[in-house]
Formats: sequence, structure tokens, C-alpha cells
Amino acid sequence: MPMSQTHDQATSTNIQTEQRTLAVQCRGVIKEFGAGQARIRVLRGIDLDIYAGETTFLVGPSGCGKTTLISVIAGLLRPNEGTVSLYGEMTSQMRGGALVHFRAINLGFVFQQFNLLPALNAAENAAVPLVVQGMSLSKAVRKASELLERLEMGKHKNKYPNQLSGGQQQRIAIARALVHNPRLVICDEPTASLDAQTGHAVMEMLQELAGAPDRAVIVVTHDSRIYSFADRIATMSDGQITSVKTKQESQLTSDVNH
Amino acid sequence: MLKIGVLITILTGTGNTSNMWRIALKMLFNDQAKYIGLVIGVAFSTLLINQQMGIFLGLLSRAGALIDDVPEANIWVMDPGVKNLDTVFPLRDTELSRVRGVEGVQWAVPYFKAMATVRTQTGQLESALLVGADDQSMVGIPSVFVMGSAEDLRKPDAVAVNEDGFGKVWRGEKISLGNTVELNDRRAVVVAIIKDSPKFTSSITFYTRYSQALAYTNNGRNQLSFVLVRTSPDYTEKEVTENINAQTGLMALSSSDFRDKAVQYVIDNTGIPVSFGTVIALGIIVGVCVVGLMFNLFVLENLKHFAVLKAIGTSNFRLIGMVALQACVVGFVGYGTGLGAAAMFFEFAGRNPNFAGFFLPWQIAIASGGVAAAIIALASMVALRRVLFIEPAIVFRG
Repeated sequence: MPMSQTHDQATSTNIQTEQRTLAVQCRGVIKEFGAGQARIRVLRGIDLDIYAGETTFLVGPSGCGKTTLISVIAGLLRPNEGTVSLYGEMTSQMRGGALVHFRAINLGFVFQQFNLLPALNAAENAAVPLVVQGMSLSKAVRKASELLERLEMGKHKNKYPNQLSGGQQQRIAIARALVHNPRLVICDEPTASLDAQTGHAVMEMLQELAGAPDRAVIVVTHDSRIYSFADRIATMSDGQITSVKTKQESQLTSDVNH
Repeated sequence: MLKIGVLITILTGTGNTSNMWRIALKMLFNDQAKYIGLVIGVAFSTLLINQQMGIFLGLLSRAGALIDDVPEANIWVMDPGVKNLDTVFPLRDTELSRVRGVEGVQWAVPYFKAMATVRTQTGQLESALLVGADDQSMVGIPSVFVMGSAEDLRKPDAVAVNEDGFGKVWRGEKISLGNTVELNDRRAVVVAIIKDSPKFTSSITFYTRYSQALAYTNNGRNQLSFVLVRTSPDYTEKEVTENINAQTGLMALSSSDFRDKAVQYVIDNTGIPVSFGTVIALGIIVGVCVVGLMFNLFVLENLKHFAVLKAIGTSNFRLIGMVALQACVVGFVGYGTGLGAAAMFFEFAGRNPNFAGFFLPWQIAIASGGVAAAIIALASMVALRRVLFIEPAIVFRG
């Protein structure tokens, strides 16, 4: 079943479809910036379903609205029109503390520039989402350290971001995104600041750790070298989803084109 | 790092709610250059306010130093034209008897005060204050004698000199008795050393008997500067001053009123308050500007990190708490440093006779704490606004 659907088809879709849990459901999402004549419509009616247990890549040219879309999905931006629901909860209608709390529990982020706090060491950085949820720093650090061990970063857990390479920093960022077991992990260009080999290793690690039947992973990327890690690839152009294909469908199209 | 860790634990405690505060403090202490700059900004303002206010109040207190040194008298009688202690219009000698005859006056004694020229042993001339106290009672002589006694002043040519003044006239000498000096070209013998309150106009003060003081000035009769009065126990100061005013035509003021009048004269007729006020205002303005700019810079540089925390699920309320905590820590450390520096200044500077009597009143210390709090509040207002309205989606911008 294609992930891009007409609005009518989509509204009739249940959260449970073909035994798969619907993690993200966007319907008619419009996002505009600016006011008056300077107003720009960045998202032009996005309909998109993303399922748990899958890694969905969001690809497309620069400026097509990928980052805006994941910001809307994450609840960091509010859509002007349309709805966004995560695991059946209508996040686009949530306000203030409820949305913040929902984000703290359910979302994990991996950023292009890692965005680690320079004042905290690797383990403390990875522990931040747990601390935000109210866990004591020492307990959170212990839990984060266990995850860092799995990421083969145990010996670096006391190092500060400026003492780590780009690849190592991104691993810490992945640990931070996963330490609190979120149901949706959003990655923005996770390999853009890394060389090919490190990028590949980071994606392997992300797939290994984030891949879970009840968890969805969204990856925004320009890096075609890592497309093989996608279960589905949604292509965006000019603020709209133009296609959603499975990995097999994408490979087939690629072969035909070649 | 261990020390900073311990400090953070002390400041935030170990409860769950304090964990974000610990992160906030780690962020603050991590940027050591800015942290030190912020602390110095607050400390500088606090030091300037306390030091300048302390000196200002010390100077003002000197305006009434002579009055403070004569606690036995509670009323000072003078010519109605007198505005302060330094501008004296002499009274006729007979005024003393008239004051003594006023109802409610327990006793009244003459008091002489004038400037005199002292020739030091090196031949240099110094300006000194000459005080003449009642020959019989010695009322008018400060009560703290470092060497000698009031009785010694009954000897011929006998004078007492204040401790700081001795150091100025006989530089480098240990204080001792028996030294001679020329006072208005007449010989005077130091028979006592006195500890008195620092004066506004001169740091050298010679004390002697009233009759001896007149002899040093060579002006003959009618040189009575003030009449010092003690009220009878059955009368109030107000009653007696009113009686003296009415019956003699002179001006009688209670010691406290005269002191206030002398202080007010300095405030109204000198540039001292404006000068000190300007420095204090500059201290506050510089404090607000420096701390404000640096704190904003600090928050601006950490804005993306605050945005990350916000995206991860930190509420606005918590973020504001983090920034407010950072501001408070800067304020407290800066205020403590500045206050400590001011206290050290008064402690060490007080050993210099020129700074004698200057002090740091607790009221000023508390008030400067309020100013430091205001500086921090003003400085962090813009920063708090930035954090409050930060768009968490900026975390996705490269």
C-alpha cells in the first residue's frame, strides 16, 4: 500500500492497517511563513502515512520543505491547516505543556550538526532526555552509559564534545535520541557532516538500535549513498509529496532508469 | 572540575527537580571567560557602590566630628549667622554668663575653635585646627587619651595633639610626649596624645585650655566660638534651646540638630554628593551595560542549546528557571566578590590616616545587594525573552 494517499482514502485509514501501526499521519498539512505579500507557502497540503517498524527516508531538493515537514511532525512548528497525529494522538491540536510532555516521552532527534551541549560530557549529553523527564542526573547517566557501551562509545563517555570526532559525536547524538525509548526518531541529515565510511557506520548503528516493531524512524537526507537503509522513500518537491516507494520499488525504478 | 562539580551540587541540591539546574550551571561554568566577565561586571559595580558610598558617608560624618567628640554637652550655642562648624562668628565673652543664667541650663562652658599654623620640625608649615576647652572642666577635650591625661593640659604651654596629627607633624617618629612645636609662632609642648574623630578640614588638631588657645591666637577678648551647654535633668533639650534663643538672641541647637545642620551644609554647598553620585551612577550603568551585554551574548551563544532542550521536551518554565538560576549565580558571586573587595578596601585603607573613619555601613551593603539584583534583573530580562520565544525548529537549521 502506497504511503501517499488521497485525502479521502487516508481519512478512512485506521490506525491499525495491515497489522502495521500507523506512527505518523499527516492530512492536508499546509505551512506558511511570513505575512502579507511576503507570505510563502512551504508545505502545500501534505498527506503522508509513516508506519512503526519502518525507516522512512524523506528526500528531495533543497528548499522543497523537508525540514519544515519534520518540524511540523515533531510539533516544533504548528501547521496553518491540516492535521498531524502521532500514534493516534492529534499532536497538531495539542497546546503548551501537553505537547512538550508528549515530545519528551515519544520523540528522539538526531541533528545534522549533532547539537550536543558542549558543557556536558558524552554520557551526560546522552542522558539529557531522561533528565528532562525527571530522572536524576546520576541515574540517567548510568542508563545512558549502558547505551554508549552498545554504541562502542563506552571509553569515550567522559569526554566532552570538543574532544570527539564527528562520527563519535553523531553516535552520542544517536544515543541521546534513543535513550528514553521514543516511539518516533527524527533524523535530519544525520550523515551530512560525516565522511562516507563513517556515515555508513552511523546508519548501520541507527538501524540496529532504532529498528524496533513499535518505533518509526524518519530520516531527512540528500545522501543517496545511504538510501539502502530505507524501508520506504518519500520524495518531496515544492512543498508536496510526489511519491512514496518501498526500497524494492525504488531499486526497480533505479534499475529501469539505468 | 571536581570543585566545580561539588559547587554545583551544593547550589542545586540532589533532588530530581534540580537536575536541569545542574545542567544550567554546567553551561554557565563551562564558558569560563564569559562567566568571569559577568562576575567581574557585577563585582565592579558592587565594589564601586560600596566604596564610594562608604567614603561619602565617612566624609559627611567628618562634618560633625567635633560635635561627636564632646558628648558631655547636648546643646551648642552660637551666633545666629553660623551655618556650620567651620564658619564661626565669635561671641562676646559676656554671652557665656547670659547663657548660664537661662532656665534649664545645668552648666555652660566656653569653647574655642580656630585654624592655626604649625611649623613642623623640618621647618614646613602645616594648617591645624586649634580647639580650646574650658579651663576648669576640660569639657571639649575628647575623652580617649593614647598618652598623657587632661590634667597635663593645665601645665604652661601645654597642648594635646591627635594621634593622626602627630604623624603629620613629626613624620616617621613614634608617638611620644615632650615634643615642642610652634603654634602661630608661639611655643607649645605636647603633653598628651588624643584619639579623636577624623575632621573634614584638617587632619591635625591641637587641644588646649580655652585661655591658652586665646593666647595662641593673639586676638584678645571676645573670641568665644561656641558655648557648650548641658541641660538640667528636669528640662528637655527643646525647652532649653527655646529658652536660650528667646532670652539671649543667640542660636542654640541640640548636638544632633547641629550635626545635621553641618552635614546638610556640606551636602548643599559642595560638589561632593554630585561627584560621588556620578561615580555611583556610572558604576550602575557600566554594570548594567557590561553584564547585560555579556549575559545576552552568553544566552545568544547558547540559544541553539536551549532550543535543543526545548525540542527534546523541556518546558518554557524550566528553561526560564535555568536562565534565572544562571543570572542569580552570577549576581550572588559577583556581589559577594565586590562586597568582599570593598570590605578589604576599608579594612586596609582604614590604616591610612587619610581614610580614618571611613567604613562600610551594613545598610549600604544590603542596598548594593539590591542594586546588584536590579542589574542582574535588567541584564537577564532580554535574555529571558530570547529563551522564552525561541523557536525550537531552529535545531534543524545547519
